[in-house]
Amino acid sequence: MQIKVRFFASLAEIVDCRETDLSVEGDHTVLSIWKVAAGGVAIPDGTLCAVNRLHCEFDRPILNNDEVAFFPPMTGG
Amino acid sequence: MTCSIVTDCFEPLEQVIRFQKGSGFNKGQIGASAVFVGTMRDFNDGIEVESMFLEHYPDMAEKVLNEIRKEAIKRWHLNEVLIIHRVGRIFPGEAIVLVATWSGHRAHAFESCRHMMEILKSRAPFWKKERSKEGERWVSKNTEGKTDL
Repeated sequence: MQIKVRFFASLAEIVDCRETDLSVEGDHTVLSIWKVAAGGVAIPDGTLCAVNRLHCEFDRPILNNDEVAFFPPMTGG
Repeated sequence: MTCSIVTDCFEPLEQVIRFQKGSGFNKGQIGASAVFVGTMRDFNDGIEVESMFLEHYPDMAEKVLNEIRKEAIKRWHLNEVLIIHRVGRIFPGEAIVLVATWSGHRAHAFESCRHMMEILKSRAPFWKKERSKEGERWVSKNTEGKTDL
């Protein structure tokens, strides 16, 4: 399946990637996508995730054409 | 009722006045309004901050702001809601965020305004990177706010 992975803020600097398109085989969750996309970097404490622009948990299953995003705790406002 | 994300400096109180003059704003129904404005300080965690960059997740940030607005409308009696959030390069004294509510009653205006602001800080995908003489650093987390309203 084809998915888009996005990293924001400090995470984009840590993994040295802001956005990548991946082609993956088999069943995947948000967590397994991190392992594929982050180049061996461990997930920093407090990392949050979203699929298709909705907050979710790391065990959420991934479907074809999903957009998976990883980011640190929000600091807006 | 609108939520928007802007890249240019904005004057929050001018935005409130403009919103109140807009078509569809029914002044006769309003008994109370509450306005929160968050602005950038020139210090944080012991250093002088020269500017900061506010990154956001386009589309998701707008979606979350609208969710926050809709949840507030369900929970409180609100006639109007206005949320504006800045992104990009920001300097001390400039507005970062505006949350304004209009209601028939002050409790609804006050409580919903505070609630939306606190939820926004923990749920809306915005991130601050401060610039000082020492260099740049990401703000790691927001200060704790009251969310049990």
